[in-house]
Amino acid sequence: MTATGQSLMQMANGTKCMIAAIDLSSESRERLFELGLLVGTTIEVVRYAPLGDPVEIKVRGYRLMIPRSEAERIFVVPPIVENKG
Amino acid sequence: MEEGKALTNIFYVALTGNPNCGKTTVFNALTGLHAKVGNYPGVTVERKEGKLKGTPPDKQIIILDLPGTYSFSPKSLDEQVARDVLFNRIKDIPRLSAVVVIVDAANLQRNLYYATEVIELGYPVIIGLNMMDVAAENGEIVNIEKLSRHLNVPVIPMVASKKEGITALRQAVIEQVSRPAKLIGVIPLFLNLPDYYKPEIENIAKLLRECGNAQVNPYSEAILTISDEKALGERGKNYPEAIYDAVHEARKRIESAGGDWKTDIIGARYEFISDINTDCVTQILNVQETFSDKLDRVLTHRIFGLIIFFLIMLLMFQSIFRLAKLPMDLIASGIGSVNSYVVENMPPGALTSLITDGVIAGVGAVIVFLPQILLLFLFLSLLEDTGYMSRAAFIMDRLMSKVGLHGKSFIPLLSSFACAVPGIMATRTIESNKDRLVTILIAPLMSCSARLPVYAVLISACIPDIKVFGFFKLQGLTLMGAYLFGIILALVMALIFKKTILKGEIPMLLMELPPYKRPTLWTIFRHLWDRFVIFMRQAGTIILGVNIILWFLMSYPKANVETRFNESRVEIINSTLGVSLTADKINDFIEQLKQNTKFTNGVETAETKLLSELKSIDKEEMSEWLSNSFAGRLGRTIEPIIKPLGFDWKIGIGILASFASRETFVSTMAVIYSVESDAQEGSLSTLANAFKEQKRSDGTKLFTPLTGLSLIVFYICALQCAATIVVVGRETRSWKWTTFQWIYLGILAWTLSFLVWNVGRCLGYN
Repeated sequence: MTATGQSLMQMANGTKCMIAAIDLSSESRERLFELGLLVGTTIEVVRYAPLGDPVEIKVRGYRLMIPRSEAERIFVVPPIVENKG
Repeated sequence: MEEGKALTNIFYVALTGNPNCGKTTVFNALTGLHAKVGNYPGVTVERKEGKLKGTPPDKQIIILDLPGTYSFSPKSLDEQVARDVLFNRIKDIPRLSAVVVIVDAANLQRNLYYATEVIELGYPVIIGLNMMDVAAENGEIVNIEKLSRHLNVPVIPMVASKKEGITALRQAVIEQVSRPAKLIGVIPLFLNLPDYYKPEIENIAKLLRECGNAQVNPYSEAILTISDEKALGERGKNYPEAIYDAVHEARKRIESAGGDWKTDIIGARYEFISDINTDCVTQILNVQETFSDKLDRVLTHRIFGLIIFFLIMLLMFQSIFRLAKLPMDLIASGIGSVNSYVVENMPPGALTSLITDGVIAGVGAVIVFLPQILLLFLFLSLLEDTGYMSRAAFIMDRLMSKVGLHGKSFIPLLSSFACAVPGIMATRTIESNKDRLVTILIAPLMSCSARLPVYAVLISACIPDIKVFGFFKLQGLTLMGAYLFGIILALVMALIFKKTILKGEIPMLLMELPPYKRPTLWTIFRHLWDRFVIFMRQAGTIILGVNIILWFLMSYPKANVETRFNESRVEIINSTLGVSLTADKINDFIEQLKQNTKFTNGVETAETKLLSELKSIDKEEMSEWLSNSFAGRLGRTIEPIIKPLGFDWKIGIGILASFASRETFVSTMAVIYSVESDAQEGSLSTLANAFKEQKRSDGTKLFTPLTGLSLIVFYICALQCAATIVVVGRETRSWKWTTFQWIYLGILAWTLSFLVWNVGRCLGYN
């Protein structure tokens, strides 16, 4: 646990949370940003793959899978405001 | 072509959008069957374009289907090409007259991210707001007018899978190109960036215009150069040094003002989009769980998900083998009858032999696999179009990551069991170039269907028909072992490549899990048609060429053995029929004899017996020819190389002959061992018996279980397939990698066969 919250991988299925920090290479960060995962975006953990990796999340109304190794370095906090949609 | 007619009336319109937005369906509906598939210059990215149907006769509108793209910062070759076309950087493609952006209404925000980037470029843009039905199912109503006002471009609501909105879109495109062409304007950006960005963007845009570099809206290009390291490139490479330096200075100033030039622009764009979304989309129904979500609960379930996945794979392969059998047999017999028609209607000689043995037999051997290839592509496109493909990657990712690959590599490898050609073509979905290359390199180790006849004849010739543990047939186990051995070898090689020559950071696999869709028949048909055309084009060019060369090697030089064999023919005829024939009339006589002899079922007359004896003389002659041909000589030349593997020079000819396609081994060995191969049904066991009779020079059996294993291992590894080599060359666009693959698999084949043969002998087998 860090000052910026918990890792995304610690979230159970169905948890809604808000991205607080993304501690990844700038290329990966940019890609996540472009796909709509910005700091402050609310996401939902949908489920983990049958073999435990990757994790499926819901963001801005669509579903994305993120490998465990990256999800571990995305830090989240409980959502402040419930996003519409 | 019609190019010279009226060049000014040809308009290029790009069709672009995010992956999974239904772009392909729109493209097919707009163009019908008038599309052609090619490649962009110098890259493997597929270039698809077609004439817009329903265009007035004085115009020609070409729709260019760009690869699905998330943004202007490309993460794959496909995305790079899409961006370069829009930035007017690809020489072959004329300036675009308009751009159609397909936007998924059910995934509005992320799709608008790209759409707004495109609009800012300054082209006349038309938005096709697709999947309105899915959005409605999700309880969302999109206000088209408001959206159009926000984006300042026409928006056309569509349900492409039901052809709704296609006419309107077509009309909009025709109207757009009918307007007088306008120059790319300098249009303001949508983005609301901090104030300190404004002078920087203004400055870079001015420089771009001055350098004559601005192909598109200079503001748009300015923010791309500021925010994207790769777009800017190295100093002086993509842009003049002055611009490069100016961008770097601008970035410094932005940093010192507290900005982050890498992400601020992305953030600002999403902010703009969020506002549009709030204003244009009304949630009238709170759908907790869509049909797709429910399906996913089962299909990606911890236990059921895995079971269903394996059942689907099993079903796929069973059907490929079963359903393909009949058409394959039909094609094979069709080729056979064409062959005999040519033989009967052309004078015997080199030309006939070239056409029958070289062209028809060679190309036929490849075309026979067309049903399997098309069936495989049918399944693949069904999996892709329904959305299951990304679930398969989701499920398999963990397993594949153990050898350093992504879930996306699983399907191409699986496909390679049917045929490496579609397998390798299916690697196009892999974003990372290195991963794609690794997958291509190991794909031929999956035992394809062409290896089955080779395995089958070797196993029945060499492996004793006994049972182990009471009920497992040893022959069946060997066959399974051959498949397993290939898989294990492939995974080991993948690991080695990822640790050595293709090392590199594994890029993050960010894959979308799109909602499940009902596939449209037309899209699937189009896909299969494209594959068919590509495959036939290959069979007709390079594969044909390779087969002609092989035919030449196997037919020349013609050994002067005819006199000798004719003598024995004369002898047999004279002694059987009591005639006094001379050698110079032999051909006519045999022709006569063939025509006059009636084959009555089961009744053997002197004539039929004579004919079958003559036939076996033919076979012996052919065998002798083959041994004397270049291929035969090569077989002898390479004998020292293959002797340590337990093979003799005759097997050497078989290996050489099957360079172009593995199954040729079977037919070549049949010729070498002078086997009667006309009997279709019993051919396998007859051939296997002929194998069993072969002796080494010291009188011991040639085809022992150990020889068989060694040869099977050789065939698992060696890349003996012209079609695969051609496809790898085409897909990698690198003869270096293609050669590398051929050599590494050759070395692997030799080494492993050597080990099998020698370790086996040390253990007391022979």
